Amino acid sequence: MNAPTYNFAYLDEQTKRMIRRAILKAIAIPGYQVPFASREMPMPYGWGTGGVQVTAAILGPDDVLKVIDQGSDDTTNAISIRKFFGKTAGVATTTSTTDATVIQTRHRIPEASLHAGQVLVYQVPIPEPLRFLEPRETETRRMHALAEYGLMHVKLYEDIARFGHIATAYAYPVKVNARYVMDPSPTPKFDNPKLDNCAALQLFGAGREKRIYAIPPYTTVVSLDFEDHPFTRYRFNAPCALCGADNSYLDEIVTDDKGGRMFVCSDTDFCEQRQAAGHHGTESAAPHKEKAHV
Amino acid sequence: MTTIAEMPAGFADKVLSAQSTFRSVMDAMARPGSVQRVAADVGTPAGMMRGAAAIALTLFDHDTPIWLDAAMSATPDVARWLKFHASAPVVGDSSIASFALIGDAANLPALERFAFGSSEYPDRSTTLILQVDSLTQGPTFELKGPGIDGSALLQAMIKPRDLFQRLSINEVLFPRGIDVVLVHDDHIVAIPRTTRLIASGV
Repeated sequence: MNAPTYNFAYLDEQTKRMIRRAILKAIAIPGYQVPFASREMPMPYGWGTGGVQVTAAILGPDDVLKVIDQGSDDTTNAISIRKFFGKTAGVATTTSTTDATVIQTRHRIPEASLHAGQVLVYQVPIPEPLRFLEPRETETRRMHALAEYGLMHVKLYEDIARFGHIATAYAYPVKVNARYVMDPSPTPKFDNPKLDNCAALQLFGAGREKRIYAIPPYTTVVSLDFEDHPFTRYRFNAPCALCGADNSYLDEIVTDDKGGRMFVCSDTDFCEQRQAAGHHGTESAAPHKEKAHV
Repeated sequence: MTTIAEMPAGFADKVLSAQSTFRSVMDAMARPGSVQRVAADVGTPAGMMRGAAAIALTLFDHDTPIWLDAAMSATPDVARWLKFHASAPVVGDSSIASFALIGDAANLPALERFAFGSSEYPDRSTTLILQVDSLTQGPTFELKGPGIDGSALLQAMIKPRDLFQRLSINEVLFPRGIDVVLVHDDHIVAIPRTTRLIASGV
């Protein structure tokens, strides 16, 4: 008797059909959250069950999969999801942004620009941008139906009234195709401009909240703001300590208990590519380190 | 009566054929006006093109009521094939259908007869699968909308010549509306509800 094996990419075919229908509707109505019958996955909620289901529904044997967690290819979440699909679908995996055909991401958009034909799959914890302003699903659904988004502007205004600027730093609300206000998942607002007019297809899966939404390629995505308080990006005012990049999103890493810290690229692939190309920063590992201190 | 032995086959490989067909449909939907190809081997009942049959086996199941036009329901072959391979219920009321299979696009019923979805749930709409005469030759249609970088040119022989004029209700209804997949043989083109016609030539 043969040992039991999983169906290709873990999910059963009926589940895939249901998710695929939801994905098609999501693409046809950019920014609208399509309800779907999310399944139990062999990982806890919050570990990317929504993203994993979307990836499982689209993945084919010819795909090359990259998984990142906060920009990093080497964290537990990224490695376990990559191994999961390596095992259940037998797909090739990579850490290179340009070589990947499907990229599943938790809370970052890669620094390298995406190209046509790629699919970016986001893991989304709370898909409803209005949820913290209005807890009732019936009401938020009505607000989306009527495009009644005044409440979101009031929230941003209250930021300005209290802090002097829009203090929302991640999950910064966007308007898709001039219609739906959408949560770009908890990506830093640094990444928001990359959502706009992107060549790749962007799919968002929220497993616990049972919603799928999408941004088709070349779609207008505008970060909400005010004329006198326009949207601004934010990054630490420092070059990457490993590759010297001054235009990438940085993680702050505490190095000792005396206030020591260093800033490094959150996108590990971007940082490694730059180091391989000869760029280096103040804390680069040998052989660059000697040079950096000369 | 058709026996199982006479029934046209479904996909050669249920899992991977459905996956590759879905990716073609997803790419078509994400890039409106672009011509995608369905590569999977699939049996077809009389009157159904390969692309339409592959889409049916990829997306239809017991959760999706299917409406067939007069050409598709002229013989019981299509309904029987759908029931056997996809277990999809064939319904007489087009306004509750998830998908409508249109074999004779020239006699496409008024779009009001299909579901547009509601303002709260615009996804509860009918997707039309329309068999047309050509997706590579014929009059040129210039399209714009999400998924299109600038504008896209589609050359197609579409039988209801006023299809795009009829689909202009999508602009008024949005986010409610009708998504269309055009099929010719193994070629498919998707026209989601966000796509707008800029100009059409000869």
